[in-house]
Amino acid sequence: MTMRNFFALLAGLVFGLGLILSGMADPAKVLGFLDLAGAWDPSLALVMGGAIAVATPAFAWARRRPQSLLGAPMQWPTRTVVDRRLVLGSLAFGAGWGLAGFCPGPALVSAASGHHEAWLFVAAMVAGMAVFSWIEQRAARPTKNHTGDMK
Amino acid sequence: MTIDWTHFTPWSSLAGGMLIGLSAALFMAFNGRIAGISGVLGGLIGRSASGDRLWRVMFMAGLQLAVPLWRMAHALPDATIDASTLELVIAGLLVGIGTRYAAGCTSGHGVCGLSRGSPRSMAATAAFMGAGFVTVFVIRHLGGA
Repeated sequence: MTMRNFFALLAGLVFGLGLILSGMADPAKVLGFLDLAGAWDPSLALVMGGAIAVATPAFAWARRRPQSLLGAPMQWPTRTVVDRRLVLGSLAFGAGWGLAGFCPGPALVSAASGHHEAWLFVAAMVAGMAVFSWIEQRAARPTKNHTGDMK
Repeated sequence: MTIDWTHFTPWSSLAGGMLIGLSAALFMAFNGRIAGISGVLGGLIGRSASGDRLWRVMFMAGLQLAVPLWRMAHALPDATIDASTLELVIAGLLVGIGTRYAAGCTSGHGVCGLSRGSPRSMAATAAFMGAGFVTVFVIRHLGGA
């Protein structure tokens, strides 16, 4: 295994352990946070706060590096514009998050724990990602190929 | 607003969050990449650049391995999934399509994006949190349930 693949495995593992420890693999706990008008469980705010408190200084340090510790290029996101795709996509995501109490990471951990409901959610989520991928590929196809598609 | 003190888990949630932050720090420091779950997974679905897949598989495998590793020491925390089959399918589709159009989810925007001060991620986080609050309010307090 290359070192980069080893660290990808390690990062995924630490992420998963963090999700389990934080309680966020339980949709009821996530919905307890999103239910401002009910009995409110602030735990999720502490999960994000704890994560940001650790990642912020680490990113500030990493920002100054020309490449990663393993010599990989630093792939910082470059887009800066708040556009319709970002906002509408996030609104759709938030609606789905509020409907089931799952976002992608916790859903995958819950599926690995053997919850059948989480398998169903993950299958639908992967299907949604495939729909996105399909739409994007069609949009990116060169114009000359379009004539063959039009019926 | 009333705080649900019986379910509030400040210390384990803070510690779990710090592990998530550590994961994001490790992944950027060693691999030069953002630890965003929807982005890592999404790059495996549909056509993605060849040679760009194995690290994604490894990250996903690590995430899944957390479950058996945790079980070697403790029982998993309880999880309650109340959503119906139809709700799970609709929610999954919305989360899958939405996070790909938004180029990030709770991890990529909510944790990594906010940690690097990205205005896009602040807008995304405000939008998905707002939509989550409204959705739960409608279902729990306006709906028939």
